[in-house]
This record gives sequence, structure tokens and C-alpha cells, in this order.
Amino acid sequence: MVDVTMTVNGVSKSGSVEGRTLLSGFLRDGLGLTGTHVGCDTSQCGACVVHVDGVAVKSCTMFAVEADGATVDTIEGQAAADGTLNTIQQAFQDHHGLQCGFCTPGMVMSAAALLKDNPKPSEAEIRDYLEGNLCRCTGYHNIVKAIMAASGQDTAAIAAE
Amino acid sequence: MPKDSGIGASTKRREDVRFLSGTGNYTDDINVRGQAYVHFLRSDVAHGKLNAVDTSAAAAMPGVVRIFTGADFEGIGGLPCGWQVTDRFGEVMQEPGHPVLAQGKVRHVGDPIAAVVAETYEQARDAAEAIEVDIEDLPAVVDMKAALADGATKVHDDLKNNLCYDWGFVEENRDAVDAAIKGAAHVTTLELVNQRMVANPMEPRVAVGDFDRGTGDHTLYTTSQNPHVIRLLMGAFVLGIPEHKLRVVAPDVGGGFGTKIFHYAEEAFCTFAAKAVNRPVKWTSSRSEAFMSDAHGRDHVTKIELALDAENNFVALRTDTLANMGAYLSTFAPSVPTWLHGTLMAGNYKTPLIYVNVKAVFTNTVPVDAYRGAGRPEATYQLERVVDKAARELGVDPIALRRQNFITEFPYATPVAVEYDTGDYNATMDKLEEMGDFAGFAARRAESEKNGKLRGLGVNCYIEACGIAPSNLVGQLGARAGLYESATVRVNATGGLVVMTGSHSHGQGHETAFPQVIAEMIGIDESMVEIVHGDTANAPMGMGTYGSRSLAVGGSAMVRATEKIINKARKIAAHLMEAAEADIELKDGAFSVAGTDKSVAWGDVCLAAYVPHNYPLEDIEPGLEETAFYDPSNFTYPSGAYACEVEVDPETGKVSIERMLAADDFGNIVNPMIVSGQVHGGLAQGIGQALLEHCIYDDDGQLLSASYMDYAMPRADDLPFYEVDHSSCTPCTHNPLGVKGCGEAGAIGSPPSVVNAVVDALQSGGKNVTHIDMPLSPSRVWAAMQG
Repeated sequence: MVDVTMTVNGVSKSGSVEGRTLLSGFLRDGLGLTGTHVGCDTSQCGACVVHVDGVAVKSCTMFAVEADGATVDTIEGQAAADGTLNTIQQAFQDHHGLQCGFCTPGMVMSAAALLKDNPKPSEAEIRDYLEGNLCRCTGYHNIVKAIMAASGQDTAAIAAE
Repeated sequence: MPKDSGIGASTKRREDVRFLSGTGNYTDDINVRGQAYVHFLRSDVAHGKLNAVDTSAAAAMPGVVRIFTGADFEGIGGLPCGWQVTDRFGEVMQEPGHPVLAQGKVRHVGDPIAAVVAETYEQARDAAEAIEVDIEDLPAVVDMKAALADGATKVHDDLKNNLCYDWGFVEENRDAVDAAIKGAAHVTTLELVNQRMVANPMEPRVAVGDFDRGTGDHTLYTTSQNPHVIRLLMGAFVLGIPEHKLRVVAPDVGGGFGTKIFHYAEEAFCTFAAKAVNRPVKWTSSRSEAFMSDAHGRDHVTKIELALDAENNFVALRTDTLANMGAYLSTFAPSVPTWLHGTLMAGNYKTPLIYVNVKAVFTNTVPVDAYRGAGRPEATYQLERVVDKAARELGVDPIALRRQNFITEFPYATPVAVEYDTGDYNATMDKLEEMGDFAGFAARRAESEKNGKLRGLGVNCYIEACGIAPSNLVGQLGARAGLYESATVRVNATGGLVVMTGSHSHGQGHETAFPQVIAEMIGIDESMVEIVHGDTANAPMGMGTYGSRSLAVGGSAMVRATEKIINKARKIAAHLMEAAEADIELKDGAFSVAGTDKSVAWGDVCLAAYVPHNYPLEDIEPGLEETAFYDPSNFTYPSGAYACEVEVDPETGKVSIERMLAADDFGNIVNPMIVSGQVHGGLAQGIGQALLEHCIYDDDGQLLSASYMDYAMPRADDLPFYEVDHSSCTPCTHNPLGVKGCGEAGAIGSPPSVVNAVVDALQSGGKNVTHIDMPLSPSRVWAAMQG
């Protein structure tokens, strides 16, 4: 077992992990942060996306020990302390960008990383960026729309509610 | 003007807040104190004789609590099948046993052989690798035609052969259909494959079993669309636990799409093992396990013949289908290619004579059962493809041919035993034509050609049967369950309502949409109504969510229960205002006496019910809580018209979806935003089937597409923005809300228009291509273009 310490959502957290423990497993089972979801075992689905030192990472592709000393941000740290949703989260609710909610934490974290690098992405850029995030419920329509809205772009022209 | 609350409002979803902030409660988020973990050792061969399973070395591995094999389940019931089909000769289907853990033989890759319970997942997995299994390989039966050949290896040694049933529908029409086809002016024939699919909800299945030795109570937490059904099936048929000693909880569930309807071995195992090892037992499926243990969908091979007279009227339809059941009968598998498929073969058309033959086949593959649409996509695909092919052969406009043959008068009794209550197929087609700007298609095609692409336009209609189903009818058809729904409405003393429903929400937004209905009935704010679902300890008996039934059946139960509440509240209000009950009106959350200014607020009536100081105790009981069971008198029949425009790259065969349009008639609509979302998701799954997804076995029964590296899930950059409309409305005539259901439409309606569009594109490029089997991958399209 190896001891690890990382700053998770602004708070220093420590734990003891096996060498093979994935970051996703440490967050979920070690720290009880079950908002990070695991939907596959080949790093395809993106439900487990978190930010490690500000970069979007699939937390199932990274060992917990690799994140020792890092700053990790998860879905649980996105809303304000009083529960007020952030701009991206609010856009997902406003535009029905989620249904079952399972892929949603990864989608929100990926969207945040995208908008950090590209504050006004085109539809094509959003779809391209989300290549590593699978959603089975929404057909992506309202996810793309929500991200466009979160970036301050007019979505009124997009068909349908 | 769009409403801002109640029925018809696009109320934002209240459940989103927890899902967006990482505070949902999915089954894998549940950990019970002291729990152990189970890992299943699964067969890596498709068919084999199980000579020996030696667990001795594994049992000595670190952390192992106990290892179970099939021998531990001797004398315990196998997994039951919930539907018995009777074949065209009056015989019941062949129904093999389905042990929780393999006994004697393994019958598909993924069949569980042993279960290791250990302190941690890792220890359970490590120990499973140390189990020595002696399997004698047997020839695998994979291809359905080969499975039915004389002398084929049998999947189940105790059955006569690999034929589950040979179903004919309507059998009395068989000769008349044959004669009509023989004498027809034109017959269009098409052979096609509706390929095997994997539902792939993003949340893999999870089960946590718990047992309280002090009370003898069992609890199962599971990723289910219908916890009450699991309680009944597992309790009564597998483990022999009475329902009052078994609680099944399905909390937040991350998508279902059909594959979480069924009762699975892992659920029974965790419930059984929790008692056997006297501690909670948890199983979390990996995605790889999901591919080889979740029930698959579709997998039909069909020949369809459409006969037309000299005026292009449809005169007869005949289909022959082989339907793959896989190695065992999953919970509702036998119903899918029969009663959920054959009854829909009339589609939107007044074809007078129809005969459907289905042979269901056992193979050494994962069991096949309902996947979004379940039988209706298979019916729609073959019908709408053959109509399109007929139009091309006859040189007539495919929309005009459809319109000419539309059913236009309702109610309409089809020759395949169902009665459509309402519909207006010309209205949805009008809407589609208006949305689609088909007049501008030639210009769009010319533009595509300038860019070196072939552009195609495909159209289709669909009809589906939702709101399953009248219990007395499905009982006659072989269902071993009733298909009503229940609801309990509990009004609290301060006026808020808790509604406990047997419907289950796993993405559909019930927690938001259902309160819209009830709040409008009473005239109170939606926030005063809370929906409780997913727990057999709370809701009365329920049948769950599938087949687009939740609002039509579950919603109707809620309406009935709320009506009972209002009736009782009216009596209380009459007493409080010393007026006649007949004079009491309910409006905007207050009861008033007609023609007077006397009024009492909803909350005051509720308080009086629970603090009955001034109360008609001699006439009615205190309290305000009512339960209703609603059993529908018919299916509901949503319908629509869909169109797809594609571009095909002639160099590579790659198809891109340029436009995808859906004009639906869902009857009345409670939350248009949620309805659009349901259609979007269905369209993505339909396009996924048409272009990308394919569950593939090799000749030895090895599953080749067992991960997201191999199974092509639709991604954001595979799909367009959709154009959807559901303003066409012919309300359902037989449920109180006039609703029809919208969950499956997109997946049912979209595959034929995509394929029709690709055929159109290729023919416009001078290619003599009349059909390509799904998925229309670049290699298949390219190969067809060379042919």
C-alpha cells in the first residue's frame, strides 16, 4: 500500500492505496466522491473525467499514485458552496443536456476544459472535443446546445426545444 | 403561448440538480457496512461440457470468503421466463432451464461458472484466476439457419432441437395471403438483417444483496427499470423468498433502454450469497462483462414480400423471420419477435391481408430480449424498406405511395389483431414535408455533387404500440404477468403530496413531469408534489418502466388516485363550508361553493383531514391517502413520419447524416422539452443502428465486439442537430391524459429513413444498389458501390 495526498476540490485529502488503484477508484471508494462515474474499462466513455492540475483527465486511465501531490477537481466541486450551479451546470439544466445523469459529470468536466481553452467553440469544435465522452440518452443535441449556451452563444437558431 | 407550469409546460428538471452536482445515488454509490465483493468467473468458450470446477487453490487465496459454483444452486429455481408463446400448431414453446451459475454445460461466452466472494474486488478477481475449470469444447451453434438444420448441435440437450417456437400470425390468413401474393400485379421482395445490438446504458449493471439475520429480511439494491418485477420473479421463482421478506431498491439508474428490465443471475446470486455468507455482497459489472451478460437486442433475419394491385394499392404482406433467442430465454424474450412485432406489421397502411411467420432459435450467444422499441423497430424497418423498394420498382414517389395506402379512418382494426384508436398519418407527413423543404432537395443535391458527394433523401413512417398493456389481453397471449400500474398519493397535513409510483425513472424525468400533471389537477404549485419511485418498500405493486408506458399507464394510475383524493377532499370541504358536496368546485388550489364567495384553501382541507376536530367522522375516515391501479383497455399508438438526408463519399463509402427530421404524433404532451429529448436520444440510437453499431460473433461463438474499442457507439461527431416536431396531436381516446408515449419512437422511426436515404444517394450516382444491410459502414457501402 502507498500513501497519497492530493488537493481535491480545494481540500487536502490523504489515503492509502494499492499500486494498481486507479484515480477513479480512489475518488469513489477512498474519498466517497461518487459523482465521478465509471462506465467502461477501456477509457472510452469519459464518465470519469476530472481535472488534474487543471487538465481534463479520464481518471480511470491514471493510477492514484500518479496524482500524488496534484490538484484534482471533480464534479462535486463545481457548484458554489450554497449549491448554486455554475454556468455550465446551469446551461445543462436549462437546455435539458442530461437525462439519466450518468455521463453528466464527465460531460460537465470536459465542457469546462474545452471552454477554458476555447471560450467560443463552434458546433463542430464541440462535437470534436466530446469525441471521448459517450452519452446514450440525449443523442448529444442538447449537450452541444448547452455548451454553446454556456459559452454565451445564441442557441435560438438551433431546431427544437 | 407556451405554458410556464402544469401540463404542456417545459418545466426544467428538478432531478438535474443532483445529477449535475455529483450527488446522485446510483447503485454503485451504495455501500453497505461489512460488504464483501463478488467476481464472476465466466465462460470463455461458447459451448462446452463442464467436467470439473476445482476451486481449492482459489479458496486459499488472500481475502476469499467463499466460492460458489453451479452445485451450490442445485435444487434452487433457475431464472424464469415471463412470457410463454404458443406456436402455429398449438404447442407451447420449448423452454429450457436457466441456472444462476452454469450446471453441466456452458452455453455462451460470458455464462457464469463460478462466483468468488472476497474482501475486495481485486482479491475476488485474483482468486477467480486460480480456479481450474475443465471444459470439454463442443461445437458452437451461432448461425440461426445452421442451428435449425437437421442434426445441428443442440444448445440444450434436453430439448428436441434449437427451435424455440414456430409462430404464425394470423395463422388463419396464411393461405389467403399466399393466394393474394400469387395473383398480385406486382410483388416486391426484400431480404434483410436487423443486426444484433447491445443496449449499452452508460451505467453498467450493479447488484448489492443484504440480509438481516435478526428479522430474516432480504434487501437487493439493483440497477433495474422495474424493481417490483424483480422482487416477484426472484422471490417467487428463483429463491423462494416471500415478497414481504424481500425489498428491492432501484435508486438512480443510469439508463436502461430495455436491458435493465430483465431479472439477471447476478441479482439472484447477490441476494442468495448475502444470506449464505452472512454479510452484504456487492457486484459491479465492468463494461466488458456487460457486453457478455446484458441481454442483447434485435438480431432478426427476415424475408418480406409486399403485393400490390395494378393501382399500387397494398393487397397483401408476408414475412418470414428468424429471431435469435441466444442461449437462454431472457425474461420477456419470446414476446419480442411475436406480439411486439407481428401485431405491428400493418404499420400505417390498410393492407388487408398479412401473415407473419417467426421462428425463434437457440444459439450459443448471449440471450436476446427487448431493446428500445423491442420488435417494433424490426417491424418498421422491414415494412418501410420494402415500401420504399416497391416505390422505386414501380417508379412512383415514395411519399405518394405511402399516402395512397395510409389508414385514414379511426378506430381501425388491423388484420393483425390490434385496433388503432386514433392517428392522422397525413398530418405528420404534411408536417414532415413542411419541415423538410423537399422542394429544395434538388438544389442541395446539386451542391453536394459539386463537392464530390452523393446526396440522398429517405423518408419513412412508423406506428408503434405503447402503453403495454391490457392485462386480460396479454394474459391470453402468454404473458405471465399483469401489465397495469399503480400509484399511491399521500397528502400530508400541510398540503404537500408524495406520490409513490411503480413506474421507474432512469432518464425520463418522471420526478419533474409527473408533478406537472398532479399539480394542474389540484391547482397547486408543482414543487408541492414529490415523486417516490424505485423501492418496493414504498410504492405498491408496480410493473415498471418500458415500452413507453410510464405516463400512459403509470400516469393514468396517478390521475385515478388523485381523482380519489380530490373526491374525498371535496367532501371535507363541503363539511367545512356547510355546503352540499355537489356545489363544491376545485380551482387554483381552493375549494369554493358555487355561486357564493365561500372558499377554503387546499391546505386547510388537508389539515382538517389530519386534525379532524371539525370533520364528518361519521361519514369518512380521517387522513388523505389513496391508491389506484390502472389497467389500460388498449395499447396506445404513437405514429409519425421521419426523413433523413445523407451525403455519401463515393471514394470511401462514408455516410454522413446531414439532416434528420422527425414529425411525431404522441397525443397530448405534458413536458415538450422532455419529449424532444426522448426523441433525440431515440434518433441517436436509430442512427447508431443504421450506420455504426453491430454486435458480432465469429463462427466459434467468440464475441468480437465486446468493448467500446470494438463496438461503435455513436459519438457527438457522428450526429447532427435533429429537427423534431410533435405538434401533430390526435389524443389517445382511452386513457385519462390522452397521451401515447414517446420513449421509443426515435429508435423505431429512424433506421429505415437512413437506409432509404443511402440507397437514394447511391442510385442517384448511377449505382444499381437496392439494399445494404445495417450497419452501413464505409466498407459495406463502398463494397455495394463496386458491385
